[in-house]
Amino acid sequence: MPDRSTSSKVTIGLSSCGVAAGAAQVYEAFRREFDERGLSTPLRRTGCIGMCYREPLVDVDTEGLGRVTYGGVTTEQVARIVEEHIIGGKPVEEFAVRMEGKRLEDEAYYDRQVRLVLRNAGLIDPESIDEYIEAGGYQGLTKALTEMTPEEIVETMKESGLRGRGGAGFPTGVKWDLARQQPGDVKYVIVNADEGDPGAFMDRSVLEGDPHSVLEGLTIAAYAIGASEGYIYARAEYPLAVRRLKMAIADSQERGFLGDDILGSGFSFRVSVKEGAGAFVCGEETALIASIEGQRGMPRLRPPFPAAKGLWGKPTNINNVETYANVPWIITNGAAAYAAYGTETSKGTKVFALTGKIVRGGLVEVPMGITLRDVIFEVGGGIPDGRKFKAVQLGGPSGGCVPEEHIDIKIDYESVTKTGAIMGSGGMVVMDDRTCMVDIARFFLQFTQDESCGKCTFCRVGTKRMLEILDRITSGEGREGDIERLEELGKQIVSSSLCGLGQSAPNPVLTTIRYFRDEYEAHVYEKRCPALVCKPLLTYEIDPDKCIGCTLCVRACPVGAVSGERKGPHVIDTELCTKCDACRKACKFEAVIVS
Amino acid sequence: MANTAGPGGATPEQLSIVDRIVAEFSTSRGALIPMLQQVQAEIGYLPYAIMERIAERSGVPPARIFGVASFYSQFRFEPVGLHIIRVCEGTACHVQGAVDIVEAICDEFGVAEGGTTEDGKFTVEPVACLGCCSLAPVIMIDEDTFGRLTPEQARDIVRNYGTARDEGGAKA
Repeated sequence: MPDRSTSSKVTIGLSSCGVAAGAAQVYEAFRREFDERGLSTPLRRTGCIGMCYREPLVDVDTEGLGRVTYGGVTTEQVARIVEEHIIGGKPVEEFAVRMEGKRLEDEAYYDRQVRLVLRNAGLIDPESIDEYIEAGGYQGLTKALTEMTPEEIVETMKESGLRGRGGAGFPTGVKWDLARQQPGDVKYVIVNADEGDPGAFMDRSVLEGDPHSVLEGLTIAAYAIGASEGYIYARAEYPLAVRRLKMAIADSQERGFLGDDILGSGFSFRVSVKEGAGAFVCGEETALIASIEGQRGMPRLRPPFPAAKGLWGKPTNINNVETYANVPWIITNGAAAYAAYGTETSKGTKVFALTGKIVRGGLVEVPMGITLRDVIFEVGGGIPDGRKFKAVQLGGPSGGCVPEEHIDIKIDYESVTKTGAIMGSGGMVVMDDRTCMVDIARFFLQFTQDESCGKCTFCRVGTKRMLEILDRITSGEGREGDIERLEELGKQIVSSSLCGLGQSAPNPVLTTIRYFRDEYEAHVYEKRCPALVCKPLLTYEIDPDKCIGCTLCVRACPVGAVSGERKGPHVIDTELCTKCDACRKACKFEAVIVS
Repeated sequence: MANTAGPGGATPEQLSIVDRIVAEFSTSRGALIPMLQQVQAEIGYLPYAIMERIAERSGVPPARIFGVASFYSQFRFEPVGLHIIRVCEGTACHVQGAVDIVEAICDEFGVAEGGTTEDGKFTVEPVACLGCCSLAPVIMIDEDTFGRLTPEQARDIVRNYGTARDEGGAKA
């Protein structure tokens, strides 16, 4: 048998979620296996490979065989992969989720994806500037600095049709132009990496998997608007992203892509990382600026927009991580190539964090204009456990729930907005028939209520009142008129708040009332939670015909609420029952009935 | 909050840590937040006496320091446990049953959300999102992340984390 150990290279996805799934242990297992067998097979790390539902992921790329991706890899499987694939030259097909030259089921996850932002994610070592350069990195910057004027760059950005990926969708080229035209020598560029929407991890994955792409985009923006200083405002909860960013800054400085007289162009630019301290409202640009200045992160009235008066009162351009990551690709490949993707008003691609009740959850990048249905059912593989799709939540706490009747809409800024939801930054949480829409609305409102900075009365007090009503409804004490009161308050908060947080905080409530009013009514008037989620509205009983008295539920109950003789039917004391669901999960005979 | 009256509430070591950090940041603009982050990283939390010392040394009014510190959720005014258990309450985790995970962990230790166990070993801290949504529901103990949990598994993990702790914390 020929020794193929050096004709393969092994790459392991070591982003936060990979590590959480045990990728670091798998990495170590490969290292040990190679050491013990004296193999010199290269062992590399990469960022998010994207198939989060299959973590930990291991890529084995072999000359002549191509790339094989193994999913859900355990340390026990490592020896076999090394033995059969790396030494023997025969992939272990039963562990594989993706194989070059052979179509496996998971290939459907990639069929509709177009990876521009995620062009390097999962392929290169994010801690290696050489690998980034080898993959075409810093070509955009080189082109921008040596072949293009700032005006031409702004024009290219306008032609590309790229719109801000943080959620609001303001045309990026127009934003840059506004900052560029401001008088003055001192200007700033900022990366908004304060990804705060619960259920969204696009920016984390880009920062962890391809930090240089963001840095390169930022530097191009700085050149275009004439800024010599930049900040990356990163969420404190993303320690790995912060570490990799700092490393990327140091490396690119050393190579002359940052610092003084970049690539001999005479243009100088410096970047520093600012770590957030935990405030969702700092995702709003004026609040973010206040935070960098060392103040409480409270938004202020616009205009003046940051383009005119931003950080330290100087013209400032702020875009989010994904927006900047698009820039080098657009400059390298041209505006027309980018605008070839998407719809009339929304060009290019969008990265979504597809999660919730979905078969293939992960980080997906699709062209604008694809339908929600295609993303959920073709890319994501639909709903697990044979359950029924109910709604998809877009845009996190600022967004809304889109029900089945609207999931054939094309994904673009305008179509999504028409449903009452927003494009948002890319959180896409899928819900099935076991998800209670009132509970979800309450969940988001609790979040925004907690994160309201308190500046505007309607946001501060209004969200509190709404939350009280929702608490009441989900605990079985809803009153007549509560639903109408929620609508009324919601509309007032939207119209009377200064910033995006308050203006959008009622969205999750308003959209769920719009599409699932019957569920609200069931809670309020019938004291019933149709999805069986709101605990105070549930009762647990044991069906005496199905119960065989095995005592499993008695042992599972943490509060001693189940009683009964062995081999005789058991009973639940509803006074003691805390509705923790342990008995139902323990029962093997479906004898525990929840209603 | 309790006013521990000046530097009396802080040890000389802590005060010298503060003095060093304030000096390090003295020349940079917008340094208040990174300065507080650094102090908290080294001392563990921001007691009143420490904030007063920062004010005294940096010339920033105490009201502004407390204003900033109280605005951001990262800053703490109470000491925390040896290990911090972050329970993700993000959307994906919520949909996958994070509420039951929080309940199980709090019940295991007999503390409320945000509380610290009596022996000072664990603080249970709910967080908005850890960004590992496809592994929901997720908890993070210090730097270790655990995903796809059931309430029973969560209980086992926190019970066995680090050195085994005595059984006293769990309610019947």
